[in-house]
Amino acid sequence: MTEIYLDNASTTQPLPAVREIIMKTMTEDYGNPSSMHQKGVEAEKYLKEAASTLASILKVREKEIFFTSGGTESNNWALLGGAAALKRTGRTIITSAMEHPAVSEVVRYLEEQDFRVIRIGIDREGHLDREALKAALSEDVILVSIMYVNNEVGAVTPVDEIGRLVHEKAPKALYHVDATQAFGHYRIYPKASGIDLLSASAHKFHGPKGVGFLYISEHARIRPLILGGGQQGGMRSGTDNVPGVAGMGAAAREAYRDFDKKNAYIRSLKDYLTAGLAALPDVVVHSGPGEDFAPHIVNAAFRGVGAEVLLHSLEDRGIYVSAGSACSTHKRAPSPTLSALGVDREDLGASVRFSFCETNTREEIDTVLAELKTLLPALRRYRAH
Amino acid sequence: MYDSFLIKYGEIGIKGNNRHVFEDALVKRIREALASVDGDYTITKERGRIYVNAAGDWHFDEAVEALRHVFGIVGICPVMVMPAGTFDALRAGVLDFIGRVYPDSTASFKIKARRINKAFEKKSMEIDAELGDAILRTYPKMHVDVHEPDILVDIEIRENIYIYSETIPGPGGMPVGTGGSAMLLLSGGIDSPVAGYMIAKRGVTIDAVYFHAPPYTSERAKQKVIDLAREVARFTGPIRLHIVNFTDIQLAIYDNCPHEELTIIMRRYMMRIAEHFALEKNCLGLVTGESIGQVASQTMQSLVTTNAVCTLPVYRPLIGFDKNDIVAIAKEIGTYETSILPFEDCCTIFVAKHPVTKPMLKTIEHSEMHLKDVIDDLMKTALETTEVITVR
Repeated sequence: MTEIYLDNASTTQPLPAVREIIMKTMTEDYGNPSSMHQKGVEAEKYLKEAASTLASILKVREKEIFFTSGGTESNNWALLGGAAALKRTGRTIITSAMEHPAVSEVVRYLEEQDFRVIRIGIDREGHLDREALKAALSEDVILVSIMYVNNEVGAVTPVDEIGRLVHEKAPKALYHVDATQAFGHYRIYPKASGIDLLSASAHKFHGPKGVGFLYISEHARIRPLILGGGQQGGMRSGTDNVPGVAGMGAAAREAYRDFDKKNAYIRSLKDYLTAGLAALPDVVVHSGPGEDFAPHIVNAAFRGVGAEVLLHSLEDRGIYVSAGSACSTHKRAPSPTLSALGVDREDLGASVRFSFCETNTREEIDTVLAELKTLLPALRRYRAH
Repeated sequence: MYDSFLIKYGEIGIKGNNRHVFEDALVKRIREALASVDGDYTITKERGRIYVNAAGDWHFDEAVEALRHVFGIVGICPVMVMPAGTFDALRAGVLDFIGRVYPDSTASFKIKARRINKAFEKKSMEIDAELGDAILRTYPKMHVDVHEPDILVDIEIRENIYIYSETIPGPGGMPVGTGGSAMLLLSGGIDSPVAGYMIAKRGVTIDAVYFHAPPYTSERAKQKVIDLAREVARFTGPIRLHIVNFTDIQLAIYDNCPHEELTIIMRRYMMRIAEHFALEKNCLGLVTGESIGQVASQTMQSLVTTNAVCTLPVYRPLIGFDKNDIVAIAKEIGTYETSILPFEDCCTIFVAKHPVTKPMLKTIEHSEMHLKDVIDDLMKTALETTEVITVR
């Protein structure tokens, strides 16, 4: 059975170039960059190379890139480190109602530490209520944390516009963007957009798991979270993850090669699937067309079908999708994002996410649509009632 | 300090002529339990006692934990062993024991010596008195209390001398393998693992059957049941787990029978399949986690209808338990954390909003007639495609 992997927003397959460079750091250049000898120097080159790649993609300085263990650590660091540095400046933190738990749980923790939290609502398409944001911004705001691309439905936040608003109305605030689902699909220029902190995770763009980065503007004040041997200028201690960082660097370079063509192609797959789904009875597509939504995510509710059952039925046919967000299946509660979007209660448990990468094909989507056509009537026959 | 354990067993001590059967089974279970932990252990049976001797790279806590999972053990006493030589040597040994196990103690104590080896130079009473005296001199902060001592030091003089003062409670019950075998209907819930535990505690060997309904239940749900079986197997020894693909039977029931009777009819087919494998494996009964009235399929009336398809006795050790009591045991035996993982099991997917709570056997049998054209083939396929794995 051929495998059709449509769960690229959960994780992606590492590219051959990524696997090769990781293998090299594990066979030949296995030194510790902190060592003074040549073995260490050789290993350090990989870090510099990756930092340089990322810096040139983001048009920032190499010293503004810090390597972490992934998106969750980057988000934790941005929020906890930012709040720690600015706690005497103000007490208000602004975020949205549809953040990933790696942000929302941290914000909730800060709320318990007596920070004042304002959560900006979203409209039925998943876009931030800008009027509410304008009203919430003030001199007391120290952090604004917004996700670039929503992981469940793919709604896109206009990060430039928000950046301007933030700096105009909350001059003391650090503006953090969680770009975990956006890096590789958008050209992101923190300096031009007024972004002070930006999180990303390598395994979302064909890199390895367990590695990510946090961009920290040289003007931003933020405290380190992990203390120890003083690696990365004392900002993030711990022996450098050379294989992971090298792999991330290679993945980032590939992600921005043929960028426009690739993302236009991915978007064409999305539009193709969306059109196909729209032709099926009782399917509601939550992810809109056009630039307000990311090119690689389609979320749809299959009325009268349990999302998990559909997922496993597709799995039997070699098709891999996600029921809600893979990260939230550990706790079985209705997705807060989908609830915030105003999705019907019944549809919450019937929502499936398809997410693409450049190796997916139209033929694969034809197969998926054909399978859905035969599966859905059968699955709708058998249901709890 | 310690290098041996005295194993106390209660109930099996009173079995008349069968006693050696129970003791041999207990020794075997202890050996199996210790096989999975570090260290070399020798287990000896000596006139109404079982001793476990540890050597090599072994860890006290790990060994005790393994022993605490062996049914039949009432108490585990860590003992200090020394050769039965002179009284002076014994006195030195006991003083050393107290100093190391109870450093700086201000507790009360009592010495209780038993001289089984009559060749030893002093009598039990003399030993008690003289050792008590020696302890008081050496550890003046301690005092004697013969009625309710904080520390009771047992001294058994046999071929060797065994000194112990602490009893770690064991699980009780009877050694697995002394009570025949039974087939447990294992779901992913809280109750059935507890039911298996309780029956096994009476010495019964457990095999299990799980009903898998892909795609309605996931691979993770199946893995969860395997994990639960593994937790239960820590007490029962290896479990042969039968994984039955039940989907087609469920769908046929859905297609052909009244929906409010789905669960009852489904349960009846589960019992039939479980009994099939039970008879195949020479089991003497089925075990379920049912408790009266807990859900619609567990009312007295429902139990009558599900019981009607079985010829073997169905053991329901939780029948009179409240959920809270069951949860408490599940937590104690370590299955609770796994049981509450949120995966669908096949009992919950097609549940009708208003299932029958007082089914009539005749009505249910009549409804099942609607399956007559398909069910034989479906049952045959389900039995033939059942996967059997040994979980240990």
